[in-house]
Formats: sequence, C-alpha cells, structure tokens
Amino acid sequence: MSLSTDDIKRIARLARIETSDAEAAATQAQLNNIFGLIATMQAVDTAGIAPMAHAQEVYQRLRDDAVTESDRHTTFQAVAPAVENGLYLVPKVIE
Amino acid sequence: MKWETVIGLEVHTQLATKSKIFSGSSTAFGAAPNTQASAVDIALPGVLPVLNRGAVECAIKFGLAIGANLNRVNVFDRKNYFYPDLPKGYQISQLAKPIVEGGALKIVVEGEEKTVNLTRAHMEEDAGKSLHEDFHGMTGIDLNRAGTPLLEIVSEPEMRSSAEAVAYARALHTLVTWIGICDGNMQEGSFRVDANVSVRPVGQAEFGTRREIKNLNSFKFLQQAIDYEVRWQIETLEDGGRIEQATVLFDPDTGETRMMRSKEDAHDYRYFPDPDLLPVKLDEDWIERVRAALPELPAAMQARFQAEYGVSAYDAAVLTGSRALADYFETAARACGQGKLAANWVMGELSAALNKAELGIAASPVSAAQLGALIARIQDGTLSGKLAKQVFEGLWEGAGEVDAIIEARGLKQMSDSGELEKIVDEVLAANQKSVEEFRAGKDKAFNALVGQVMKASRGKANPAQVNDLLKARLQ
Amino acid sequence: MSDASLSTLAAQLAAKQVSSRELAQVYLDRIAALNPAINAFITVDPDKTLLEAAGADVRIAAGNAGPLTGIPVAHKDIFCTDGWLTTCGSKMLSNFVAPYDATVIERFKAAGMPSLGKTNMDEFAMGSSNETSYFGAVKNPWNLAYVPGGSSGGAAACVAARMAPAATGTDTGGSIRQPAALTGITGLKPTYGLVSRYGMIAFASSLDQAGPMALSAEDCALLLNAMTGFDPRDSTSLEREKEDYTRDLEKPLAGLRVGLPREFFAEGLNNEVAAAVDAAVAELKKLGATPVEISLANSKLAIPVYYVLAPAEASSNLSRFDGVRYGYRAPDYANLDDMYCKTRAQGFGAEVKRRILIGAYVLSHGYYDAYYLQAQKIRRLIADDFSEAFKTCDVILGPTAPGTAFKLGEKSDDPVEMYLNDLYTIPANLAGLPGMSLPCGFDTKGLPIGLQLVGNYFSEAKMLNVAHQYQRATDWHAHAPEGLK
Repeated sequence: MSLSTDDIKRIARLARIETSDAEAAATQAQLNNIFGLIATMQAVDTAGIAPMAHAQEVYQRLRDDAVTESDRHTTFQAVAPAVENGLYLVPKVIE
Repeated sequence: MKWETVIGLEVHTQLATKSKIFSGSSTAFGAAPNTQASAVDIALPGVLPVLNRGAVECAIKFGLAIGANLNRVNVFDRKNYFYPDLPKGYQISQLAKPIVEGGALKIVVEGEEKTVNLTRAHMEEDAGKSLHEDFHGMTGIDLNRAGTPLLEIVSEPEMRSSAEAVAYARALHTLVTWIGICDGNMQEGSFRVDANVSVRPVGQAEFGTRREIKNLNSFKFLQQAIDYEVRWQIETLEDGGRIEQATVLFDPDTGETRMMRSKEDAHDYRYFPDPDLLPVKLDEDWIERVRAALPELPAAMQARFQAEYGVSAYDAAVLTGSRALADYFETAARACGQGKLAANWVMGELSAALNKAELGIAASPVSAAQLGALIARIQDGTLSGKLAKQVFEGLWEGAGEVDAIIEARGLKQMSDSGELEKIVDEVLAANQKSVEEFRAGKDKAFNALVGQVMKASRGKANPAQVNDLLKARLQ
Repeated sequence: MSDASLSTLAAQLAAKQVSSRELAQVYLDRIAALNPAINAFITVDPDKTLLEAAGADVRIAAGNAGPLTGIPVAHKDIFCTDGWLTTCGSKMLSNFVAPYDATVIERFKAAGMPSLGKTNMDEFAMGSSNETSYFGAVKNPWNLAYVPGGSSGGAAACVAARMAPAATGTDTGGSIRQPAALTGITGLKPTYGLVSRYGMIAFASSLDQAGPMALSAEDCALLLNAMTGFDPRDSTSLEREKEDYTRDLEKPLAGLRVGLPREFFAEGLNNEVAAAVDAAVAELKKLGATPVEISLANSKLAIPVYYVLAPAEASSNLSRFDGVRYGYRAPDYANLDDMYCKTRAQGFGAEVKRRILIGAYVLSHGYYDAYYLQAQKIRRLIADDFSEAFKTCDVILGPTAPGTAFKLGEKSDDPVEMYLNDLYTIPANLAGLPGMSLPCGFDTKGLPIGLQLVGNYFSEAKMLNVAHQYQRATDWHAHAPEGLK
C-alpha cells in the first residue's frame, strides 16, 4: 500500500500540523518508505493472539476519593502564552 | 404519510465525588477560574492520571440499580480531538469495554408503563469551559471542570415521542439522585442530555438518518428541542429533502435547533487504549458490598407502598419521585399508621404549600414526624379535616408541635356531648323557620341547620355528631 | 578525580577530602571547557548547582548523608525540574520552566545529589543520533565528527567526557542503551514500571522507562537504588519491595547460562562488533558462564511493530502541545484552528512531525485493526519469545547496536536507515524487560562497541552482577576519550 498526498493532508489535518503541498509531497515519500518497513509485520498470522497493550499484566490501582490538590494557578499560568483574569486566552471559539 | 419518531438519549451525569476522576482536585462548583485545575487537569508535560475509586463505585451502583452487566474488567481509551477546553488533546473515556452494559429503566407515559433498555454506561472525564464573553475578541478557558468524573448513560433508540424521552430522562434523573451518584443539578450542568432524533415512515424497519441535539439542560428544553427537530425533519423529508447526519444545538430563545459550526472532522477520534491506565478490575467482594449498601430502589419501593400502605399505583409513583419525598412520606405514614391519609396530605396540602413557597421537600418547614402526628389527631377524632388544616398552618409557621398548637389555639374538636346539645338546642330555638321547612320535607333546610351548629361551635363540633344530634331532636 | 567511581567519590566526601561544592565545581569546570564542543547540555546553571551542593554539604556535616549524597548528577531534559528550563529538546518547550519536579528528580534530590544541568536529547526522545534536537546535535566525545547516539545522547556524551559522574536517561526503544554503546559507557533500562514516569515527558507511555547512565555497572546499581520505587502518581508504577541492586555484584558467575539469540548475530551486524561481542562471550566463559543458543524468532518484527505502537502513543501524547497553556505559540494566526496548525508546524521538528503523522494514520478510521491491533498482537509474540528463552538461560547477551557510532549527517536524511539502529534494543522495550549496555571493545576507528544484556523481569541485580564481574575482568569501561582535557 502507499499513501497519497491527500492521505498526508488528511492526517496532518487530524494532527493539526500545517502542511504545504510541497511538504506533503516530501513527507509522502518518507512515510511510504516507513510504511514499506511496517508492511513486513502485516503478513504475520496473529489469529487468536490477544493484543498486548501494557508491559505488565496488572490491574489499575485506585486512588481514594480525597481532595489533595490546592490552587496553584498563578504558578501554572506564569508559563502560559496568554492569560487574563485567571483564564487561558485563545482565539475565539465558534460552536 | 404517517411518520414515526425514534429517539435515543445519551445522558452525561457528573458523579458526586469529592475529587476529580484522575486527579486530587476538588470538583466543587463555582470556584474562581482555574483555581481547581491541578497539574494533571491542565495537562502539564509529564503528568499522569490515577483513577478515583469513588467514581468507579458510582458506576457500580448505577449498574446494579438498572440490573445491568458489570464488566469485571473494563478499559479506558483515549478519544483524540483538539479543542481548547480539552487540555490533553484527548478525552479519557471508555469505548470497547465500558464498565456497564445493558440494563433497563421503567417509565410511565399517560398511564402506560414502558421499559426502555440501556445500551451502556461508561466512565469518562468532563472537559473545561469556554467562556465566550469578549476578551478582546478572544475566548477564555476555565479548566476547573476538566477532569470531573462523568458517567455517560446511553439508551437504546426505543423512545417514540418527546413525552417518552422526557419520562425516561426524568426517571433516570430520579434514579441517579436516588442512589446518590449525582446531585442532579441541571442548572450547574450535573445532568446533561444529548438526544439522537430521527424519523421514519410508519412501518419502515430501518431507522432514518439521525441528528444529535447536544447539551440539553432542562426537561422543558428536551421536549421543545425534540418537538422542533421532529417537525423540521418531517417537513424536510416531505419537501423532498434529505437528512444529513449532524450535531445540532438547541436555542431556547428561538425554540429552534441549528447545526454546530465547529468540529467538522471530529468523527475520526482515533480511539485506542490509554497506555497510562491499566485495565480496571471489579472484584466480587466490592460489588457485593456496594449492592448491600444500595438503598431500596424506586420500583421496589412503589410496589411496597401499594402493598403496605394501600396507595394507588399512581400515588406510589408520585411519592417515589425522589428519595427525600419517599422518605418523608414513609416517616409520616409510619408515625400515624395511616398510609392513604398520609399520601393525601403529602401530595395535597404539603405539596401545594411547598410549591407556593418554592421549596423542596428537604426544606419543608413541617417535618414528616409533625405531619404524622397531625394525621394521628385526625384519626383519633381530636381534629376535623378543617381544624387539621389550621393546625398545619401553625406547623408551617413554626408555632410548635401539633398538640401544643391545638391547645394554644383551642382547635380541639368538641367531644363534650352536653355542650354540643346545648348549642343544638339554641340553634333550633333561633331557627324555627328552618325547622318548619325541614318538617315540610325540605332537606336543604337540614344542611342549613348543620351549618349553623358548626358556626356556633366555631368549627370545633364533630360534623357526624352534629348530624346525629339534629336528627334525634327533629324526629 | 573525574574518572572516579561513585563509591570512591562517596568515600572522599565522607572522609571530607572534598566537599560537594568542590566536587560540583570540578565538573562545572569541565562542562565550561568541553561543552561548547560537545553540546551535551541544554541548560547549565552553576549557581543552582552550587546551592544544591551546599545543601548536600550541610547534610554530610550533619551526618545525614546517604550513599550518594553530595555526588552531582546530570538530568536528561525530558524530566520536569522545578524552576529549570525543561525543553525535551524541542522548540515547542524552548521557553518552558517546569513548575514541578518529576519523581525521578525528587528521588535524586532526596538522595542529596546536586543537579549539574539538563542534558541535550533528540526532540521528544525521537531519534537515535541526537541530531533531531532543536538545540543542535551532540558530538561524540570519542570523535567529534560522529554522533553519540540517541535519544539520551547528551547524557551519554557528558558521562563519556567526564563532565558528569552520572546521568539520568530514558529508553523507549534503546535511548539509554544505544548511546551508552556508542560512547563507551554503561547504561541500564529497568523493567517497565520500576521507575516512576511521573514528570518524565511522555513519548510512548507503554514503552518509556527511565534509567541510570554511568561509567560502570556498580555505579548504575547505586543510581538504580536511588531511582526506583513505587510512586502512587504513576498508575503503571509497580508496588514492590525496595531492592538493593548492589547486593549481587560480587557473586561469581559459575553456572550462569548466557542466552545468545541467533537472530542477533545474523545479517546486518558489523563484523568488528560481532568479534568484540564474541570475545566478551569468551571472557564470560572464563568466568564460569555457559553460552546457550536461543531463538527470538519474532524479534525481526520488533522495528515494524515499534514504528506503529510508539508513534501511535506519541501522536496522542503530543496533542497537549497546542499553544494554549504553556510552551510555544505561533506569533501570527488567523483563528483558533490556524493557531493550532501553525503552532504545531513551527514548534515541532521534522522527525517529531513524521512520527505524529504515522501515529495519526495507524489509529485513524479503517486502519486501526490492520496496524495498531496487529502490532499489539505481534508485541505479545515478541514477549512470549523472551519467556520461552528464559526457560533455558539466565540472561540474554548480544550486541547493543548493529554498528559503532556513525558520522553526523550520515543517516539523518534516511529515517528507515536511522530506525534500523535500534534493531536489538527495541524487543526489550516491547516486552517490558530490563536491558543494559556496557563497553566491550573498540573498532579500528577507535569508537566504542557496546555489549547488551537483557534480563528477565526484575532481574536487574543479576544483570548488574554479570556486568560487574565482566568489568572486573576487563577494562573497556575504564577507557576515556583522549584529547578532551
């Protein structure tokens, strides 16, 4: 299989990465090489094999329902690009 | 052509935990912006989620309450999309293995009982809030709500009218507040409804294309939005148009739905199991402990109220509208031993007074024990219905306990027959005209005499006793 | 002094022959002299370092010192460090002063180890040469025309050049072991879940694991003692009893079964590396070990599996870099969406963007089963191969990388060629097993060769035992690059 420049544009759009036509073309060649490498995996018969999502077969540990955090918004917002009245500012959101 | 409406609801209930689902931040409503947004909630680089046991327990309670299957191993997935109120760029949710699958809820619409099946309920985190009031043309983001635990409850598309949808939403609201997993506050967004609505010609097996109405935060808007949407879809189809699958918003000011302008490519969420969270295991011990601690559920309580207190099915349904109301009724009924009378008072005098004062049952100035004591005084003949209403007013005003009010206001029904006989004789003597009319065969004249006696006794005479005495004197 | 082992430094500190401040100054001076040529550090802040060293001196004076108190350490710039610039090698975080400490940083602070600074790395740990860093490539101290490997290239180079006696690294597909091999130092990736990932900027969450990098196995054991331990803030952190990883260092190797996976000695392996690894096997035999041939048949699929799973997780992990709450925001944009797209196009480098795109693709509608799910299934096959192998051997041995260091720029235009460098290291990450690299020779160009050990789950003490016994019998780990003084 190989990816078209339209595929590249589509996934770049999903990933919110601005990509010009020239960049999409360059990326297309590289990704197709990588997917050529990945393709070797696809022929393997994996019928009946359970997918492995985690390195250890353990279950989620649960935290007690208690409030342990305090207000640190001033510290956190010191590194924010734009804030006002305690709010993070972004270009207007249209619903 | 005749059309049939098909509705399925997705309800987001905020779970009543103290802390967030994956962080130790408070979930309290109304704090100053971002003061309840921890490093985890604002998704600083490097932070990790740890699951709140309380949120899982809420989901277990719900699953048990609707008779659903609890997945003993359930899994959190990431739902990927970009939105400024979603700090990680993904929402932690459950897709393939939700904690709750199946279950059902009974609803009553126009006296007809119907069962609505549930598809699933899954745990997820809430997003923050976008504040659109103008910050120099920018939007402000408050992440206090980000990470609040939600249980998203999805029904099968089994409702066929807005009335059924509202009945289902109300029954669900009652249940989640009943079992204490949600505060049910719709103004604060604790219970938010999305409605999937489609129409199809009656008799057609396939569903029509659905549109999803997002974020309805009152039962009234739910009804209005569905009614508008159904009319719009039928008109569109009858005009030869097609329905495109879409997400729409309801505008309460215009009463109309409109397409959302954003999230145009939001359909490719690239779900995958969250590698930061391990599968959640529910052990049987835990489930049994939760089951044992569940309160009696509305359906069971309705059946018991009918059997134990002899109230009608309708009354039982009204009385179990909330756990507080049901508890109130039962306390009053037990205090006086008169279930039916208690039901009448709770649904009559008390409800009217609460409505007038815009109070909930929990804030009732008259306690259930007081109402029970009042009814007991009707039962033992101390009070007539009319006098009892005066005592109720006294209770409402906080004038003291039932017997003290009766005593202080002299509201005791006249039980001394000598005193009553004296009043009857005086009335007969003063109303000879009525006596003659009665003897001439006019029954109305008898009622006038009864009225005079009651008046002369200032309402304290027992009407039955007055009847008997008058009849005896006039024979 | 800069060649000294951690236990020697600890003894000198305990004997008051040197203070922590003096020791820190020795390394700061070397950094000042050598770093301009090597570029191993992104941030150095001598005032902060000396303040922390002064704190260590107080502890030592008060008799509250632990085994590593007063010894300085360099931290990979992937660990959030309160008050320090924490960039992850990216323009995206080039202005990010972390407001909190990663658990690993907390642990080293608790151990009383002053920080020498934040080391350079491939951007978001994506790379095997340290050439993808926004802050410029790191040079290999053995030959400045060569790469140090990556992604913990700065950590490896600073230890190899004796600019730090110890460093922290992280390893998602070989990022501790491969640069350790290419710079002639010792590095260990623990069993997944032993070291907390809290505060370590995520690349691929199910594979990432932090570990120590130092001059010897013994030093790594001491550092591992400080790093490991249960952390309630990381759901994947394992609740286990604390271990002393130095406990078995001196055990003789008699009876040890060393598994040699035939797939790791096949086509693609450089002859000089193969010869050095063979010589190491011979050395271990002399020490009483028995070689056993094993097979890891599915490990040839490790690279394709890894280049599905790691980018998939990364594409999601890196979504939080959106210019809203911290980090870089593009200066000009038309609207919200444009702000996202430009911020991410400008803030991320080429390799990171490539991997995000691969990840978004393999998770996208219609491709998930064929790529992501298939890769997860083969991941299990690869892990199962290891379980089978550990029935017949105690530790697995092979080359760390197929060759020695390559020239700067040599592979940077060919991602696939670059990816093949991690052929032997990736399988341990997929299985969650511990692995380490230690020096076992030099090629004819004078570049170090790395020997890899992979152990069964939680067998770090055994691996360290094998490595330490090997290092007692050989002196490859004691060689220092020349011409750097």
